[in-house]
Amino acid sequence: MAFLKLTNIQKSFGPVQVVHNFDMGISKGEFVSFLGPSGCGKTTVLRMIAGFETPSGGSIVIDGKDQGTLKPNQRNIGMVFQAYALFPNMNVHDNVAFGLKVAGASKADIDTRVKQMLGLIKLGHLADRFPYQLSGGQQQRVALARALAVKPQVLLLDEPLSALDAKIRISLREEIRQIQQQLGITTVFVTHDQEEALSISDRIVVMNAGRADQIGTPFEIYNTPATRFVASFVGTLNIIEAKVIDPAAGSVTIGGQPVSLKEPIASLKGGDSISLALRPEAGSIADGSRGDTALPGEVVSTSFLGSVIRTKLRVGSDVISFDMFNNPGTVPPVAGENVTLRFAAKDLLVIRE
Amino acid sequence: MKAQRLGAWIAIAIGASYFIIPLLGTLEFSLRMRRGAYSFDAYQSVFSDIQFRETFGYSMLMAVLTIIFGMLLVVPTAYWVRLRLPQVRPVVEFVTLLPLVIPAIVIVFGYLRLYNSSSILPLTGSTSGTNTLLMFSYMTLSLPYMYRAVDTAMRAIDVRTLTEAAESLGAKWPTILFRCIFPNVMSGVLSGAFITFAIVMGEFTMAALLNRPAFGPYLQLVGANKAYEPSALAVIAFAITWLSMGLIQLVSRFQKSVSPKA
Amino acid sequence: MTTTTAAAPLISKRAVIDWLGIAPFAIFALMFLIVPTLYLVTGAFLTPEGAFTFKNLADLFTPSIMSAYWISIRVSVASSLGGALIGFFLAWAIVLGGVPNWIRSGLLTFSGVASNFAGVPLAFAFLSTLGRTGLVTVFLRDWFGFNLYGTGFNLLSFFGLTITYMYFQIPLMVLILTPALDGLKKEWREAAEILGASTWQYWRMVALPILWPSLLGTTLLLFANAFGAIATAYALTGSSLNIVPILLYAQIRGDVLHNPNLGYALALGMIVITGISNILYIWLRMRAERWQK
Repeated sequence: MAFLKLTNIQKSFGPVQVVHNFDMGISKGEFVSFLGPSGCGKTTVLRMIAGFETPSGGSIVIDGKDQGTLKPNQRNIGMVFQAYALFPNMNVHDNVAFGLKVAGASKADIDTRVKQMLGLIKLGHLADRFPYQLSGGQQQRVALARALAVKPQVLLLDEPLSALDAKIRISLREEIRQIQQQLGITTVFVTHDQEEALSISDRIVVMNAGRADQIGTPFEIYNTPATRFVASFVGTLNIIEAKVIDPAAGSVTIGGQPVSLKEPIASLKGGDSISLALRPEAGSIADGSRGDTALPGEVVSTSFLGSVIRTKLRVGSDVISFDMFNNPGTVPPVAGENVTLRFAAKDLLVIRE
Repeated sequence: MKAQRLGAWIAIAIGASYFIIPLLGTLEFSLRMRRGAYSFDAYQSVFSDIQFRETFGYSMLMAVLTIIFGMLLVVPTAYWVRLRLPQVRPVVEFVTLLPLVIPAIVIVFGYLRLYNSSSILPLTGSTSGTNTLLMFSYMTLSLPYMYRAVDTAMRAIDVRTLTEAAESLGAKWPTILFRCIFPNVMSGVLSGAFITFAIVMGEFTMAALLNRPAFGPYLQLVGANKAYEPSALAVIAFAITWLSMGLIQLVSRFQKSVSPKA
Repeated sequence: MTTTTAAAPLISKRAVIDWLGIAPFAIFALMFLIVPTLYLVTGAFLTPEGAFTFKNLADLFTPSIMSAYWISIRVSVASSLGGALIGFFLAWAIVLGGVPNWIRSGLLTFSGVASNFAGVPLAFAFLSTLGRTGLVTVFLRDWFGFNLYGTGFNLLSFFGLTITYMYFQIPLMVLILTPALDGLKKEWREAAEILGASTWQYWRMVALPILWPSLLGTTLLLFANAFGAIATAYALTGSSLNIVPILLYAQIRGDVLHNPNLGYALALGMIVITGISNILYIWLRMRAERWQK
């Protein structure tokens, strides 16, 4: 039974429909990310859950209660904004206390709860500071504490890390995930950063042009993208254009080279084009590397990415990237070199358009 | 949300009527000179008054001189402070705001005591001296507006980098100031000029106490002695203010559309 | 910058040039702003013979002068509070009231004009509107049989001067407050709302505390603005309304106080009052800007 249930949500601004038939159930305690480029409708869905936007159609149910006519201040939802949105006229303590104060809690209760929340984000020593005296990362942690202080049913995070430096971004996302698991709070996290979504979510919704293209665990999203959009947006999958030779036998050509997919291709006939996806880490050119498929190609460039070396290889008209681990003693291929890329045919994914 | 919008419209309706009714009243009154029919008689009377033309012309001349000398003082100063003496900026800014703090009548009171005919610098002893003093007093009055307009424009173009670029290309000081800086802060100079124009054209206190035949004292004189002409003059004065502010808007809009390319 | 190979002497020469650069401004400010003001300030503490005294300041506390200050302060307070209140609602309406954009730009443009439309013509405008034969007076009489002047209303009075001054006070408030209201982030409102706050709680606990330095500061600026104004009042009432600037005007023209140094004290009183309100304004604005970061 889903704790937060979104059924057939629609949203139009004037003549422009920005969210189409959005359907999903989120279980209690689950951490779900909405991932997509800007303008894909992910923030709009979040704002509809919060009550800032009214859906043009469909229903939002939290814990069995239809939220349809409830105003944002009646929903008991916590929200963290991209730009922190701390109240500049209050110190850290008063910011965190705001929701409790509005709800009419006693001073003693407020103080206890605020202390507890500041302990949770490890900023107890900054209770008297004002927002302008805090760093971005500290402000966002206070915003998180403020949202959690009222014990919300659902926590909404609207690109909370986008305004922060790369280092803080990573440490804070781990902290968010750890606090979320500690409290077991149902959380929706909106982001355009696929690495962020993959690293902290239980499930990910990849959104494109107002629709959910795919809903699945990070593993599923990364390893078996359902659409070409998901494949290109998540990770650095190679999209390879191939031509079908014999659908029943699963044989195609890539850059003029015959390749067998080892399984029949449904609903296509000989001569059709087909898109295949290959993860960079699935291929190798090392001596003695195995794989049932080999493609000869020419090295275009290599780039050093720290733990891996990424090489771009031209195969026919396609450029295929593949990664190799950076072991001391590895000699990276040089541009212009002719090599053979080997991989397992089962790693080639057929992408539906 | 709906109540909010309704409240907004009510506020705007009240505000708008507060602003517009006196203008309508003035306009209507200025047309009432001929009995029983609206006419432009009051305007005709105003325009045919030789004193109107003289005082209007005098104030126009004063405004132009104030703008020229004011800019010759303000632009180099603002430039110099940004470039060479950033440490005195707070002081200079404070001084430029002083005319807003010290009422005009107090300033001119000081002039009358300091520059009277028996002092070391008897500016009020001669007509040309008094005219000069009046121009300086107008420069003082418009200093806050001119300085702010020019300084804002200079912040926008980053004068330091511009100057260093010009220097590295071998330009000399006059060239830098008049060919590089002035044209680039033109929007600020013009905004400052128009607001100065509006201030000088309507100014009363300084001119009246220095006994110069400016437009402001003339307005007051007409107000005390005639019935319908004052309204016609108020309409004209309002049109002048409107024109000056309209030109400021135009200049800033023009600047905005140009600056991305520049 | 330029080279600094010949070190020591060049630097001092350069410093001299640096300071010479603002010499024209310094001379101008001294001659036409600072020395004239200081002359009056020191004069306020001197007898006509040049000896130090507090008598001039003490003489300010005579009933006629005190009443001038009192009515000036009342007009300034009333017109600044009225201007602040109406100006605030207008600024609120164009920023947060959800009205079309052309109203906003129209009102802002108009405010730019009206805040500079003071002085003598403003007095004429109100005489043509609310004077004995003004448009509104006549309209009320002819259409509603309502005699405005029968109620004791008089344009040439405290109340008349106050509503006339508000004509430039309101637009000034709109011009200064609109950016402050624009600075209220939408997220603050949403954050307050999602935490359970009502609209009223948001305004009381978040928006007004953020705005109050701007609000109070601008009101002080309006106060100083009205306190130093003379042209409108003079053209409206002649010398019948005894406000400080008009008293000072008469003193400058004809030494009506029969003591030039008392005139200096009168001027000093004005500087002190406008100075204090401006200093408070600047201080409050700095406070407001701290939060705007």
